[in-house]
Amino acid sequence: MRLLSLLLLPLVAAAAAYAHRSAPFRNAWLLAAAATHLVVVASLWFVPSGSVLDDWLALDALGLVVLSVVTILFAVVALYAVGYLRTASPRGGRAFVSCLLGFLASTSLVALSHHLALLWVGMEATTLALAPLVYHRRDRRSLEAVWKYLVLSSVGIALALLGTFFLAAAQVEGRPLLVEDLVRTADTLQPSLLRAAFVFLLVGFGTKMGLAPLHAWKPDTYGEAPSLVGALMAGALTSCAFLGLARVAQVMSAAGQAAFMQPLLLAFGIFSLVVAAAFMIGQTDLKRLLAYSSVEHMGLLVLGLGLGGTGTYGTVLHVLNNGLTKGLMFLTVGNIVLVTGTAHAPSIRGVLRRAPVSGALLLAGLFAVTGSPPFGPFVSEFTILGAAIGQGHPWIGAIIVVLLAFIFVGMARPILEMLYGEPAESGTGARAGRLRQFGPAVLALLVLLLGVYLPRELREVLARATASLGGVVP
Amino acid sequence: MTNFSDLLLLLVVLTDFWVLGTTRLSSVIRAAAVQGAILAALPVALHPGLSPHILGLGIGTLVVKAIVLPAFLHRAIREASVRREVEPVIGFTASLLIGAVAVALSFAIAQRLPLPESQTALLVPVALATVIVGLIVLTTRSKALTQVVGYLILENGIYVFGLSQAERVPFLVDLGVLLDVFVGVFIMGIVVFHINREFDSLSSARLTELKD
Repeated sequence: MRLLSLLLLPLVAAAAAYAHRSAPFRNAWLLAAAATHLVVVASLWFVPSGSVLDDWLALDALGLVVLSVVTILFAVVALYAVGYLRTASPRGGRAFVSCLLGFLASTSLVALSHHLALLWVGMEATTLALAPLVYHRRDRRSLEAVWKYLVLSSVGIALALLGTFFLAAAQVEGRPLLVEDLVRTADTLQPSLLRAAFVFLLVGFGTKMGLAPLHAWKPDTYGEAPSLVGALMAGALTSCAFLGLARVAQVMSAAGQAAFMQPLLLAFGIFSLVVAAAFMIGQTDLKRLLAYSSVEHMGLLVLGLGLGGTGTYGTVLHVLNNGLTKGLMFLTVGNIVLVTGTAHAPSIRGVLRRAPVSGALLLAGLFAVTGSPPFGPFVSEFTILGAAIGQGHPWIGAIIVVLLAFIFVGMARPILEMLYGEPAESGTGARAGRLRQFGPAVLALLVLLLGVYLPRELREVLARATASLGGVVP
Repeated sequence: MTNFSDLLLLLVVLTDFWVLGTTRLSSVIRAAAVQGAILAALPVALHPGLSPHILGLGIGTLVVKAIVLPAFLHRAIREASVRREVEPVIGFTASLLIGAVAVALSFAIAQRLPLPESQTALLVPVALATVIVGLIVLTTRSKALTQVVGYLILENGIYVFGLSQAERVPFLVDLGVLLDVFVGVFIMGIVVFHINREFDSLSSARLTELKD
């Protein structure tokens, strides 16, 4: 019942919000849906729910991690959106809130689906729900961004569907395309069809994740979308896409195909780090800088999965860390853009003086996103690095260290220069306001806590998620 | 019924080449519409017995792929008053040749794939060939509208492959395919309208402001 409510509630709220002509009512629906969703997910941490609809919907540890990222980010973004809609009037008006709620419903569907065709439907719905939000200004640049986003994601998702069909063809026993049955009867899966399925699904979900070289849409889309949409995309959407890939990885490792899967994942991971490092050096647009940072972190996720063992644990933890950190960064950058009127880093100076709260949050976010202690991403990145060195891939470890150093420089230079110095005369004179600062502050606190202390319940869930992917807890 | 479905599958390949070789946009759309109609007949030919599921799939495919989407795309070119695809990056003759290679390759790959009890040996190679042709159109043509057609062809290929599993995978998948094509192209269609308004042409080659 609770699982179904996670899907139906946002949909009902989306319809109700669309029906209202006045903005305060729409905001109320948005906040109410986000808060209820958060409460229901929190209850699922303590009182697990059984599966519904013939096991098509269920919540396992891996799904719970992703669902938690989604619901926390969405709650924060909903508050932020109320502040955002006060100053901005994005195209679409009434549809804006409904699209956000539609996104919440579709990401929840991805997190809960244990039927791979249903998961695919949810993934497709996320693409469609966000597309109108990318094209929020009627100009050439956002049009170009939405076109690239739609074409590339659609092709990716189409190839994922082909992969899903291949997986169905590979299966001879059990109920078709249910993750549990695929894992249970993994010995009977036809190996060559399974491998073909994996390749298509990797390319398909990899496009949605934005792994290099399938990332071409990412900088443009993140650069043009409003910051809160960027936060949802880089934090929630990519985590869901990764979950899709992780489901397939579950089947592959159960079928004893890890030796086929891991080199492919490692190659995508390392290439993503290389591309991110190369394009971050000298990048002047803040949101595009964050987009390449997202490419980097997606690369780290598949690297950990490709390394296996303790690397898998690092990856599961990194899903949590990366999702929350990306939300922190995008929302803070949104606040800074509001104050300074530009996302062009070289024309922004003295943020710490002009907007001390946003400046401090950006500084914290910078250290978190580059994997510095004491923040959460440091722990997960260090676990992945440790897995590389400890499990007989020292050269991969060396490559990771060098690339992360480049990325640190590429990220820190423009941001530190922005934070200090004399504020420029120009500026919009606008202030971010409490609603827009509360969210990133909460996220910064959570990311810090994750780096310092993991509660017992969380460790148990992470351990179960790791075990389901065939990994071990260090 | 095997002969009839084989004939239909060969017609699908022919329409693939029609799309690859033609320069007129209206003709490209007509090719996609004809292919949609053939695909609508395909499930009925493959699964003689006429279950409601198969019949519904056929009718749904006919409405979406052969009637609604082509009509929508025809309207888009009328309003934009573009007629021809410009000479693509890879010329028309060259892309026909690549298409021929793709078909040959698909047959070679399909023979090596150990697929369970397929109704006809042509199904999987035709599906793969159509997927590849869709990708070729999508990547080599510069008009936004032709790219949409390329995406449709790609989806058609996946649909054909899905038919080999139609009895095992549930109805949802068929629904997913139709929904995907319908909504995906619907939104893309809206974007095509806007590209037209902003740039006075349907060319996505002009969309080059965003880059590093």
